[in-house]
Amino acid sequence: MSAILPPSERLWWKQPIDKIEWAWIAIAFVWGMVMFVMMIYWHINGKQNLSNEVYKTSPELFAAKAEKFIAENTVRTETDQQIPVVKVPAGGDGYLIARLWAWYPILELEKGKTYKIHLSSMDYNHGFSLQPVNINIQVIPGYEHVVKMTPTKEGTYAIVCNEFCGIGHHSMLGRIYVK
Amino acid sequence: MATTYRTCPISGLQFEDQAEKLMRWNAVAGVLALLAGGITALLVILTRWPAIKLLPADQFYLILTAHGVDMLILWIIFFEIAVLYFASSTLLRCRLAAPKVAWFAFWLMVVGSIMTNVAIFQGESTVMFTSYVPMQAKWHFYLGIILFAVGALIGCGIFFGTLVVARREKTYSGSIPLVTFGALTAAIIATFTILSGAGILVPTFLWAVGVIKEIDAQLYRMVWWGLGHSSQQINVSAHVSIWYLIAAVVFGAKPLSEKVSRFAFLLYILFLQLASAHHLLSDPGMSAEWKVLNTSYFMYFAVMASMIHGFTVPGAVEAAQRRKGYTNGLFEWLRKAPWGNPVFSGMFISLVSFGFLGGISGVVLGTEQINMLMHNTFYVPGHFHTTVVSGTTLAFMAVTYLLVPVLFKRQMILPKLCQIQPYLFGISMSVLGLVMMGAGTLGVSRRHWDMAFSGAPFQYEWPGAANLMMGLTGIFGVLAVTGGALWILLVVGSLLFGKKLDGGKVSDRPTPIPASTPAAAAVAHGSDHVAVPGTVVLALLLFVCFVLYYFVNWKYLSEVWLLS
Repeated sequence: MSAILPPSERLWWKQPIDKIEWAWIAIAFVWGMVMFVMMIYWHINGKQNLSNEVYKTSPELFAAKAEKFIAENTVRTETDQQIPVVKVPAGGDGYLIARLWAWYPILELEKGKTYKIHLSSMDYNHGFSLQPVNINIQVIPGYEHVVKMTPTKEGTYAIVCNEFCGIGHHSMLGRIYVK
Repeated sequence: MATTYRTCPISGLQFEDQAEKLMRWNAVAGVLALLAGGITALLVILTRWPAIKLLPADQFYLILTAHGVDMLILWIIFFEIAVLYFASSTLLRCRLAAPKVAWFAFWLMVVGSIMTNVAIFQGESTVMFTSYVPMQAKWHFYLGIILFAVGALIGCGIFFGTLVVARREKTYSGSIPLVTFGALTAAIIATFTILSGAGILVPTFLWAVGVIKEIDAQLYRMVWWGLGHSSQQINVSAHVSIWYLIAAVVFGAKPLSEKVSRFAFLLYILFLQLASAHHLLSDPGMSAEWKVLNTSYFMYFAVMASMIHGFTVPGAVEAAQRRKGYTNGLFEWLRKAPWGNPVFSGMFISLVSFGFLGGISGVVLGTEQINMLMHNTFYVPGHFHTTVVSGTTLAFMAVTYLLVPVLFKRQMILPKLCQIQPYLFGISMSVLGLVMMGAGTLGVSRRHWDMAFSGAPFQYEWPGAANLMMGLTGIFGVLAVTGGALWILLVVGSLLFGKKLDGGKVSDRPTPIPASTPAAAAVAHGSDHVAVPGTVVLALLLFVCFVLYYFVNWKYLSEVWLLS
């Protein structure tokens, strides 16, 4: 019962390690290196990397920028709540506000064009979860995250909030159109 | 302080009176927390089961907060304190350092537990286990956790002190046993964890009472995960120690190599903390370099450590079985293992579930880019129900079948049900984890009351398969809760009604562990070397699953929108 007794060989650290154990350690080590390199490789050759462009902001500042963007680019409104549908200029900047409990406004994008989508929260943490594509990004108050996105398929997409943000959390659903 | 020592006639283990009482009280407090966590688990699962949807939204979020706190903090840490006292005082056969302080720590933990639970059930602290700012709970939510953590920190101090006592009073010679060494790594990680927790929860408490004006939401997440994830690493160290303990007690297994196993534990101390960073992979505030460095290269040393334990634990069992003559083919040692003994079956299911499900999913989830496919989806709780629950909790349940007769001096009641329990709990929890991960892969959110988004301005229909997965989550969740409830019934029933067993002779002086004889040392040295081909095959199977699943996820990632 030596795992619960002091090692029977007092100089246990001088005991040789079995070949098969060495082999397993080597496999585990090499595999760890492969996984490490894989992430760097994806930064160089992969097409899905989360942007590093982030600015400190405040809810007021971000809301002001978003309102300006909405005023300039709204094409129509939808639903009883008159939510603006905003066409983001191709290659340009779009703003998406996360707040209790809505994603605002509705964005309209074009397939194959690249957009800089600015994300920030007005209050608590929120979770940008684009469905059914399944891309998930944390949205944090005080931080403006600029994510470059290129839609690859046309359709109507939902933005689910997947960070708990209070009693209305499950009704926080947004929309993106891709034409 | 005068104390007595009892040598258990069943196990030969020696219990010091104060340490024994503290272990019992801590274990019982843990079981009570598990009971609260189990009842809330049932309510959570019955609400997330789309066909049932039991609770209204406000109650669901409240109950989910309670479930997280009671399970992930209270149950696990109470039980771990009992494990620490066992691994020090009992295995080293010495008195517990400062038992009065240890009692103070215990009551502090009890008061903290009650305070936080009261805060949650009063209804104004529905902030989830993670309590991300700026969402605010009542002050006593934070204070309760702080008190509990201080108590646990003192408990770790008692453990360290007991190691010093044992060395000074020479109750053993040579190095501490491997299980104690594993517990030592758990205690060191716990100390770091609790200090991180204090580093964030104390300011948050001050913020809740109005002394501090603002806490940066990103900074909170970073420091909080130093508590939130590292505390799960305490579990890993603790349950791996218990795997070794059970292998030693049930099979008389000895580690294949003391050096390798201890080195692997050491890697946990050095690198597991950094793995906490993988909770921030989809956050705005950290650079890609920071994320890659902290979560990958460093974390993979910890992954390597787990892969080593995943090899050496079954390897030790195989070697012990082969020495007993079960040498036919690759797997006779495993086929002829005592599958009817819940101590072994629980430990083995824990090992397999933790390795194949919890381990692999954790590493994939912790890959910088792939994290975007899973962050905050139902995949995340799927992952940690196969690490903390079918891994840690099941290992703790298994060792309890050993400890009830030895520590509480009661025979387990209803042995047939005891035999079934690890299978019912372990298998249904593993399947639960799998279907949760399945739902998460399809995008379903964690911590979400309504897949139909009632009250939202738009509609979104989840894929049919996601609804199917959530239905299965309901079914296997109920089965898993039944398995957990059965364990609580068996343990509490045995403590109350089990046949009383002889406690063994009591002495007022400890009997030290005899120093190993030269003959025993000679046996350990090479002459009884046994090959472990069955374990090699199992390990390679794990490795193949790991590699395939890892690259399948890169394939998934390559199919989503382009992001840069």
